[in-house]
Amino acid sequence: MDKLAPLIEHMKILCFGVAREIAGGPSLQLQDVAGKSVSELRTALLRQYPAFAELTGFAVARNEAYATDDEVIGQDDEVVIIPPVSGG
Amino acid sequence: MADPTTTIDVALRDQPLDLDACYRFVQHSSCGGLCFFVGTIRDLNLGYPVTHLEFDAYDGMAVREMEKLAVAARDRFGLHAVALHHRKGDLAIGDVAVIVAVSSVHRAPAFEGCEWIIDELKKSVPIWKKEFRGDGSHWLNARP
Repeated sequence: MDKLAPLIEHMKILCFGVAREIAGGPSLQLQDVAGKSVSELRTALLRQYPAFAELTGFAVARNEAYATDDEVIGQDDEVVIIPPVSGG
Repeated sequence: MADPTTTIDVALRDQPLDLDACYRFVQHSSCGGLCFFVGTIRDLNLGYPVTHLEFDAYDGMAVREMEKLAVAARDRFGLHAVALHHRKGDLAIGDVAVIVAVSSVHRAPAFEGCEWIIDELKKSVPIWKKEFRGDGSHWLNARP
């Protein structure tokens, strides 16, 4: 790879339930979210996939636990969109 | 498989759930009260006939969240044991979607703990139901 090329890192975000239908598959890619906060990820997600704004809401999970908006996302984190749950 | 050294048994599986196994796990000679909640698939929702349901789950986190709830309920209500089993995949009318089984010395904590677990599970555990009706399908709770 050309060392001078701008490095755009894509992160795979996993999707379940209605999020899978909005993403068109079991995951979606967001650019340059590593090092950013969960809140910034939400903004990026809504910009790229405006249909998420039509949901009742959604949470973000980081490494199998609910993440707060100020948590910072690491490159190796498993990040998941959690639409409103309906188990039971 | 339930671990006999612990008093918490959590499972998420795509096979039929086993109420007898939950009973055997929570029953104990010190306990005078066992309480069970069994959630099943009904044929009508909000007036519309339902044909079947599909359950999607974020497996690893769902199990972790169920374990957190089971431990929290055991400690909060002083339960002896908690079994919490949830189904995933395609379910037909009448199928069992979830079993909450708890035991305690007396009945009051068993009733309260059992109800608390199913209420909290519906709020926090990452499992999703897709409802299929004659006129289409949709993910429950997803949209206003």
